[in-house]
Amino acid sequence: MHDREGSEKETSVRVFDRRATYWALYVLPVLWLSLFFIAPLLLMAAFSLRADMRGELLQSWTPTLKQYAELFATSSFWRLLGVSALMALAIAISATILSYPIAYFLAFRAGRKAGRYLVLLLVPFWTSYLLRVMAWKIILGSDGVLNSLLSYLGVIDQPLTALLYNRNAVVITLIYVWVPFAALPILAALQRIDLSLFEAAADLGAPPVRRFWRITFPLSLPGVLAAFFMVFIPTVGEYVTPLLVGGSEGSMYGNIIQDFFTKAANWPLGSALSMIMLVGTLVLVLIAVRLVRVQRLLE
Amino acid sequence: MTTHSTHAARRVSFRAPSTLGLYYVGLIILLYLPIAVLLLFSVNANTTLSFPLQGLTLSWYDKLFANEPVLRSARNSLIVALGSSSVATLLGTMVALVVMRYNFRSRGVLLVLAALPLIVPFVVLGVALLILFSTLHIERSLWTIGLAHTVVALPYALLIIVARLAGFDANLEEAAMDLGANYPTTLRRIVLPIIAPAIVSAWLTAFTVSFDEFALALFLAGTEPTFPVYLYSQLRFANRLPIMIALAVLMMIGTLTLVLIAERIRRVE
Repeated sequence: MHDREGSEKETSVRVFDRRATYWALYVLPVLWLSLFFIAPLLLMAAFSLRADMRGELLQSWTPTLKQYAELFATSSFWRLLGVSALMALAIAISATILSYPIAYFLAFRAGRKAGRYLVLLLVPFWTSYLLRVMAWKIILGSDGVLNSLLSYLGVIDQPLTALLYNRNAVVITLIYVWVPFAALPILAALQRIDLSLFEAAADLGAPPVRRFWRITFPLSLPGVLAAFFMVFIPTVGEYVTPLLVGGSEGSMYGNIIQDFFTKAANWPLGSALSMIMLVGTLVLVLIAVRLVRVQRLLE
Repeated sequence: MTTHSTHAARRVSFRAPSTLGLYYVGLIILLYLPIAVLLLFSVNANTTLSFPLQGLTLSWYDKLFANEPVLRSARNSLIVALGSSSVATLLGTMVALVVMRYNFRSRGVLLVLAALPLIVPFVVLGVALLILFSTLHIERSLWTIGLAHTVVALPYALLIIVARLAGFDANLEEAAMDLGANYPTTLRRIVLPIIAPAIVSAWLTAFTVSFDEFALALFLAGTEPTFPVYLYSQLRFANRLPIMIALAVLMMIGTLTLVLIAERIRRVE
């Protein structure tokens, strides 16, 4: 009797401990994210409903849809959003196609060294992005490595200028940046394929090409879709690469947002543009999650 | 006879490189080419990298160590990365523990909330934080950059630690508690040591995320720039480029060392 009372007391102390630990672990991260992640996004949403920048920022104002009206009426915004989406589409499709053979190589051909090959592929990602892009500028610029080499060899007498500061340069740079990454989900999907399926197909007389299109490729599709969205979603919101290699004609939608918060200093309109991008991105993510069924990929 | 057989064996073990293998090698060359170019640029005597080369020099490295603003920006990046990666790892560990070891209704919501900064475009988060800080009349400084970095590095830390927590048996904790340890003690004595390698690897990842982050820092930098922001402001001046690149090469070596250490630690697990 006495013993049981003691252990009950002990159990309740434990339950209390566990609950206290729960709250100790729960409160700080939630507060932090509310304050520095959710609050700024809500403020931005509120800001997009302001008529102008006059007055104290915390002062109340009458909400208006003026910025959205202006945004919807200005066709150049929409054109740029469309162009950015098309660029992201081209980049995502190219990067996915180009990365497929890499994933295939690592999954089926690299053998025991696959792990090392994979690290080798990912290491450059950890070097500064800004610098890698700048290195390409050094290579492709008008007095850069390629042009000086070609003119030294007598292949050209005028430097090639089409290599930089246009939309193509942005697209090519971003494909290049994403290929190693896009290989990861495809690799994960390929590694999950049951090898006995190949044997069965081979036993039944399917030639290699047919085995690929009837077994390997369909089974790797979730990985392919994941790779596509993994590239597409962040690329639509890209603004740094156009800033570095795009010049004046290579701008993307992200760059006008940046302009309205820096040079043009029209924060309410910039907020409205930013809201469109945020909502668009979240919708894309929802579609991606539906299609790819992230849960299954994580298993 | 013996020479013949080893010869044959060698011939068998040698395989012609496949198309796929060549494709992989080609991509690797493309990926490492810019790094090689930067290395070459940092010891190139001229301020443009044109062929034929004018000669090699280590003078850019000498000039680097006399260049106060460049070194200052590197120091700023280091401070921001140290602070933000520590906070992000702490918060990431907390979220991971709550999500993996407790059952509660808002579990899914918390997980999504903590992973969401991976998805929100940096330009959106950057301007949103800019609005927040100016609303609160907070001057832009290294602090504001660091706060932003804690938010975007948190998901990385979280995912790394969640993976580790999923990989070990919760029964170990049960056992410790059956033996009389209370929950905080169990966390400290059993759980934390087991996930320690993941915490280190999360911290290193968060560090590298912050260290050369540019998209957010450009909006949130005050008078003190981090290295990427300073580098960006100097891109117009061709003659200052080699010094910046010399520093970048040193940083690259530092970052690569960190990444390889992180990888080693992960592998040891």
